[in-house]
Amino acid sequence: MASAREIRRRIRSVKNTGKITKAMELVSASKMRRAQRNVLATRPYADRLYDVMGELTVRSLGGSSDHPLLQAHSSIRHVALIVVTPDRGLCGALNSNVIRAASRFILEQREQGRSVDVLAVGKKGRDFMYRTDQSVAAEIIGLGDAPPLVDVLPIATEAIKGYIPNEQGAHRYDEVYLLYTEFVNTLVQRPKLRRFLPVDPPGDAGQTKVDYSYEPGREEVLDQLLPRFIEVQLYQAILESIASEHSARMIAMRNANDNAKELVRDLTLTYNKARQAAITKEISEIAAGAVALE
Amino acid sequence: MPLRLEIVTAERVVFSEEVDMVSAPSADGRVGVLPRHEPMLALLLPGELHYVKNGVSMPFAISGGFIEVLPDRVTILADTAERADEIDEARAEAARQRAEERMRQRHSEEDFIRAEAELRRALVRLQVARLRRERGSR
Repeated sequence: MASAREIRRRIRSVKNTGKITKAMELVSASKMRRAQRNVLATRPYADRLYDVMGELTVRSLGGSSDHPLLQAHSSIRHVALIVVTPDRGLCGALNSNVIRAASRFILEQREQGRSVDVLAVGKKGRDFMYRTDQSVAAEIIGLGDAPPLVDVLPIATEAIKGYIPNEQGAHRYDEVYLLYTEFVNTLVQRPKLRRFLPVDPPGDAGQTKVDYSYEPGREEVLDQLLPRFIEVQLYQAILESIASEHSARMIAMRNANDNAKELVRDLTLTYNKARQAAITKEISEIAAGAVALE
Repeated sequence: MPLRLEIVTAERVVFSEEVDMVSAPSADGRVGVLPRHEPMLALLLPGELHYVKNGVSMPFAISGGFIEVLPDRVTILADTAERADEIDEARAEAARQRAEERMRQRHSEEDFIRAEAELRRALVRLQVARLRRERGSR
């Protein structure tokens, strides 16, 4: 059995770690609440935009428009994947879940003979892609806990520019996918993959059933609207990933905290046993010594 | 009949109140909206948007977006929106210079796009702040 002093040292170190994880838990809890508020704050804008777009594409244009962002490319050979991960670790299985989903996606696409370019948001995903020698076409790191919309625009712009054919009819991507962490609730966050481009026009659900007049014209409005729609979708996905990150970290830290407490309890028990054993030994030695003297 | 004005950006709802009149810089010129306006969807240019409530006019600086008009509601989907009296002209000027400097350096394409967006925003802020000052001094 380890000596009493060693056990005492161990208890102290576990307690210290427990203090750190407790602090991280509290910080994550407050960041998570703020991140959730940020996600909710984008809803009014996104919802209105969605309605208006439904109105434009379904009603005014009879469900068909020749806008390049709505047109699927005929053959799919090059695909882009936007991967949204946190910059930091210590958030349970969140990072490995996203990265596993990304790897699976890339392998599946390869099997179908398509090449995949990665657009990375977040350090963890980017580092993985570099480590495994993927082609990373663009990256954004260090977004922080509440990024403004302008900070995420470069990725959206890259996706849009890569998708729309230029004057010669050439384009880099035939499809763009988005992989992020969906915030289900505080306990559950799961990786979610969805097609980002071409844009799926909202169905009947997005109709406001109003006959608008357009200034300057329908196509011009749609032309301005689509990029915004795409940007805000990416923005929402990133905010949701941030909320997921903080709640995953909060849960991970709470577990670490519980483990630390349990470990301290076990160690204290062992320590007391060791102390008791030492005292018993001493008493019996003294008693034995006294008996020998008689 | 009241007219509800909502100004929303991707980040948050900036303003939501009942007003008497809205005037916005649309792509085809300035539009004024009173209650019972016909439904309209228009592009907005960077500029000054204001509303009138109880005879008082309040300006906002917006940097482009959309205006959706319904008979009893006006929704502004703005790229950025700020109340004109919250704008600090000196800070906006500093932001403009910073953005111009970054655009000149052209570190990377992402940087350039970001700087361009910042510049656009700073320019509108300055424009609105100046408008406000001129009006105040008259």
